[in-house]
Amino acid sequence: MTDGRRVLITGISGQLAGQVARALEARDDVVELYGVDVREPHHDLRRTEFVRADVRNPLVARVLDVAQIDTVVHLAVASTPSAAGGRARMKELNVIGTMQLLAACQKVPSLRGFVLKSSAAVYGSEFTDPASFRESVTPRTPPTHGFGKDVAEIEGYVRAFGRRRKDVDVTMLRFANLLGGRLDSAFSSLFNLPVVPSVLGYDPRLQFCHEEDAVAVLERAATGSHPGIFNVAGDGVLYLSQAIRLAGRIATPVPLPFVAGVASLVRRSGRADVPSDQLRFLQFGRVVDTTRLERRFGYTPRYTTRETFQDFVRRKRIRGVVAHDEVIRWEREIYDLIQRKGQERFLASRGRQGGR
Amino acid sequence: MEQRAEVISIADARDARDRDTTARPRCAATTDAGAPCRNYATDGELCRVHAARAGHAGTPRADRDEPSAADPEAPSDGSSSEDEPMSEAADDAYERLADEARRRGWGPLVDGLGAFGGLSDADLTEGLGDLLAFLRRRLTGDYEIDEFGFDEDLTTSLLIPLVRPLHRYYWRVRSHGEEHLPLDRGGLVVANHAGTLPADAIITRLDIFEHTGRHARELGADLVFRTPFVGEWARKTGATLASGDDADRLLERGELVAVWPEGFKGLGKPWKDRYKLQRFGRGGFVATALRAQIPIVPTAIVGSEEIYPMVYDLRVVARALGLPYFPVVAQMFALPVLGPLALLPLPSKWVIEYGEPIDTTAYGPEAADDPMTVFDLTDRVRDTIQGMLHRNLMGRRSVFL
Repeated sequence: MTDGRRVLITGISGQLAGQVARALEARDDVVELYGVDVREPHHDLRRTEFVRADVRNPLVARVLDVAQIDTVVHLAVASTPSAAGGRARMKELNVIGTMQLLAACQKVPSLRGFVLKSSAAVYGSEFTDPASFRESVTPRTPPTHGFGKDVAEIEGYVRAFGRRRKDVDVTMLRFANLLGGRLDSAFSSLFNLPVVPSVLGYDPRLQFCHEEDAVAVLERAATGSHPGIFNVAGDGVLYLSQAIRLAGRIATPVPLPFVAGVASLVRRSGRADVPSDQLRFLQFGRVVDTTRLERRFGYTPRYTTRETFQDFVRRKRIRGVVAHDEVIRWEREIYDLIQRKGQERFLASRGRQGGR
Repeated sequence: MEQRAEVISIADARDARDRDTTARPRCAATTDAGAPCRNYATDGELCRVHAARAGHAGTPRADRDEPSAADPEAPSDGSSSEDEPMSEAADDAYERLADEARRRGWGPLVDGLGAFGGLSDADLTEGLGDLLAFLRRRLTGDYEIDEFGFDEDLTTSLLIPLVRPLHRYYWRVRSHGEEHLPLDRGGLVVANHAGTLPADAIITRLDIFEHTGRHARELGADLVFRTPFVGEWARKTGATLASGDDADRLLERGELVAVWPEGFKGLGKPWKDRYKLQRFGRGGFVATALRAQIPIVPTAIVGSEEIYPMVYDLRVVARALGLPYFPVVAQMFALPVLGPLALLPLPSKWVIEYGEPIDTTAYGPEAADDPMTVFDLTDRVRDTIQGMLHRNLMGRRSVFL
């Protein structure tokens, strides 16, 4: 492997995959780059070879073999049913797709690295959760449906693959909610709504990962050797209520019994995608520990959670209902008024005294 | 200040000290009522009011001879007296009343009323400014929370001032042994739990904050975090789930952690079992303290048992609602007479004692995996607290005074 890396990226038409491909193209130590997807990517890619195929297609195995791929970056994991075209299809793509890809990978002697874009959703979201998940912790109540369950199953298969092929470095990256100017996710679409729904009586703790950090982490994983599981998230935590205030939006707390109904209404309106498995997340949230990412993986995210969110708000041009400069101006004016009144009262009392 | 000399309570002594040695110097003049002026000094050593008076008409006492001069009184006094002899008589009467009340144990209430009257203009402007800044921060989301969800801004700017009157004037908490609380390193405060509703957790936490300026991070039961609103606010005030993982993490950061190992068994025990410690969980808190090698501060809270004396536990209702107990408290019998007012907790007099810290370094961190050591240490903590409870119960004059 002295002549450089030969990398294959699945799900290349995704926004994040496009940015990862571009980052890898810019590197000299990546000699060949292949992208697999069913849809043609719209990114401005220069030397990536595009393979129009489903991950489940035997063609992928042939490409892996012929091109002597040594690193597979698996990004074809859909997080919302609407993005995949229905929950059944999402499951098919995510779980069966990964199984087929791993089956193909197992037969490739040149393979040295496998990078999976996993998600912190694998920890689920419950009130029994620890305040902050370390990679080694298994949640007391693992996710039972939806994306979280998919990810848990995918990770299971990838782990089994790692056991069968001990010579392959398997890197699993558990990303917190990704935010950025170009990405769209179930969570970010919440902020498309004029008023942001939340669950009455609950305030989830959130963590975000900036897309630039995500790209940098994936690039580092694809070009180095970092076997293991790593949580990826920006430093710090935001409450949902705080995020809504930072965006200048107004929260509309929905009582718990009506949450599912409101979510399906929102989904049907087509303005935001709130998958049913996200509802637990909107109640309890989730925080992950990124010590291992910094110590063992050797990457410190450039954006904190708050900076990520503020950058997201700026880039998506989310116009707040509550303008922050206005609030600051009000504060100053009211304070001035109070001081003036105090002064006046004082002067009046002095005047009376002096006039005597 | 003379009657202060006989006060032996540490809390009161601290209050007095606070009053004397605040960062900003107070005005040196005496008000017309004869009490020291409570305004801040602006002009040398006098406040605005007295400085202006001194400049205009010699000594402050001089212009009191003129009948018309009574009007521009110091706004700080709260006693805008129009007629001198009348005002003096009223003040005398007030002083006599206050003395009498203090002697009967209502000192904090008197001080509270006095503090209201003593609010000066500058204080008010400052307070309103702080409030405005707080509102601005809340509206724009400009505050930090930690990974456990602790919102320090909300807690110190809003919630603590709201609970403080309960601590100071309603339950008149008197505490001793606060020198046992660690100031700059981790520690585990272990206390008894009682009173049907966990008011003792809130009050003890505030008491620790008043003494040390540290936020004790409470560990709460699953039920707390499952319940809407309760779970949200518990997290925002710094509580987290009572699990070894979270406790270790907090202690690693050098936080002061507070636990009530009796849990619901202590909170929901019947009136006849008051001040009898229940089983101390499974000793998880001891294992945590051993792992982190930090001292355990046994703490006894007297008075919390009497806020809601539980006379009956409606088990059927509790089971139907998924609660650990469903209390019928003594106050409920007054419902037909007093209406919802009857559901207020009783204003018992509280005493909190922080005991001598139990050192865990002698056992070493490996002892956390030795069940025998953990059990022994758990029993030792429990016995210590039980002993402290008995001692403080003997020492109290009555439940309410």
